Amino acid sequence: MKVLLGLDGSELSMRALDHAVERARETGDSVTVAVYEGDSAVDLEDLADRARNRLAESGLEPDVRRLESDPGSQLVELAEDGFGQIVLGGGTISPMGKIRIGEVIEFVLVNAKTTVTLVR
Amino acid sequence: MTVDFPDDPVGEFPRPPREIEDGAGRAITLREGQSGDLEALVEMYVEFNPEDRAQGIPPGNESDVREWLEAVSGGESLTVIGIHEDVVGHGMLVPDPEGSFELALFVLRDYQGAGIGTELLRTLLGLGQDRGVERVWLSVERWNDPAIAVYKKVGFERVGSASFELEMAMRL
Repeated sequence: MKVLLGLDGSELSMRALDHAVERARETGDSVTVAVYEGDSAVDLEDLADRARNRLAESGLEPDVRRLESDPGSQLVELAEDGFGQIVLGGGTISPMGKIRIGEVIEFVLVNAKTTVTLVR
Repeated sequence: MTVDFPDDPVGEFPRPPREIEDGAGRAITLREGQSGDLEALVEMYVEFNPEDRAQGIPPGNESDVREWLEAVSGGESLTVIGIHEDVVGHGMLVPDPEGSFELALFVLRDYQGAGIGTELLRTLLGLGQDRGVERVWLSVERWNDPAIAVYKKVGFERVGSASFELEMAMRL
């Protein structure tokens, strides 16, 4: 199966990447990583490099795309290109420990035609 | 997160400790939390009704509750607890990296709907004023009308809506 992983650099999205990579090593899935800017500012180039390294060191094809504007709809659209599943980290964690589900995740949950996995 | 706080401060709130009588005639003590309250708080949260969890807190088992309480206590965090024999309510102000404070409030199910949450909230904000806290924000699930009504009543204003949650803020 082709798995599409959305990565915005948040702690939970990095955990989702680890989760997807580990699953892929067990199942033989392919993982495509789509990096985008979420609630917190990140250097997308740097994030894409980290994702490529993570995939490569696990022996996976380092397929990393960059989503510029409107990442939610771009993730949904990209997933229609033969992907079986979208994997996302479950939002950000506030100082209080509350999980906050951002706009991108909500858009993907509501609009994706594939299964969506939220990793926490 | 970035919060747009209201320009004008709200009025004064009562400071702890206080004794109140709730809507069911129960005498409730509201006082500042101390480090020795940890075990009593763990006990309260272990009993917590899963339906009253919000955005992943309180966690569902004792060791996660302990870990969470330790993470949000100490440092500049401020807490007020409500006591009726045992701890029945807990409100917290936890500092964020921007110098403002995130607020959260939990009341045991048997003690809800009796005005304890409102007084716990006002007393916690009073403690915040006493300690120089200026900006307070919170997030609440947007379908949680009773909680939103209480926050509005004490002076929180709606400042944004992420998606499932809406954000409210106040200047003390």
